[in-house]
Amino acid sequence: MADGRALPQNHRPLGLCPKHRAGQESVYRAVNSKRPVNLDISTIKLPLPALTSITHRITGIILFIGLIFAFWALDKSLSSPAGFYAVQDALANSLLAKLVAWGLLSALAFHFVAGIKHLLMDLNIGVTLESGVRKAQITVVVSAVLVILAGVWVW
Amino acid sequence: MVTNITNFGRSGLSDWLIQRFSAVILALYTLFIVAYLLLNPGLDYATWSGLFAQTWMRIFSLLAFVSIAAHAWIGLWTVTTDYLKPTGIRLAVQSAIILAIFVFLVWGIQILWGA
Repeated sequence: MADGRALPQNHRPLGLCPKHRAGQESVYRAVNSKRPVNLDISTIKLPLPALTSITHRITGIILFIGLIFAFWALDKSLSSPAGFYAVQDALANSLLAKLVAWGLLSALAFHFVAGIKHLLMDLNIGVTLESGVRKAQITVVVSAVLVILAGVWVW
Repeated sequence: MVTNITNFGRSGLSDWLIQRFSAVILALYTLFIVAYLLLNPGLDYATWSGLFAQTWMRIFSLLAFVSIAAHAWIGLWTVTTDYLKPTGIRLAVQSAIILAIFVFLVWGIQILWGA
């Protein structure tokens, strides 16, 4: 370590790559810092990666609630020819059904893209501060495109 | 060390791994279903129910439903432990979530093998 202190024995750095050691040291220092901590989130300017992280959580909750509609549609569509055409008719003609389908596809698109970002970071790809911001930007742009495409598909 | 008794695998590392594994399954299932619907624009009941009559599709779907159960629990457990601090409220909400997950799982099995 830069200042000569060793990390405690039970504090094993997560990665072995030397270029990430500096980052881990700063995290370690921040966690063990005695400085006052501001926990009032309304006074903190949230950077883009924080916003995409929260959106990932919100879309996850939306998708869980949306399972009711997805399971209902799957159940109905497989139950009988009449049920199948009722689901098809609803998706073709009902504005409410279209809005629900578009909303859930949009939540799924964002959750999917942000999840891929997570998996990449687990593989130690793009874990620096700059690439974190860059990947959050890519997440927003790619999922925005998918949300529009989902709208085109539904309508 | 705080011992977790409500999380899925009783260990953060286990939860972390299960969350990733189920995410990959769900990503593949999502891509498959979306691609299937895009490639079959004039889908009819016989083709659709024929797909879900295949054993491999039932296995793939059940795998996806089990993955939803694990993924949703680990995700919602994380969110509820982060934001719901009063123990009673948190346990009540988490109990309702577990109940809903159980209902979805049984419902999914019935869709695949019932009727």
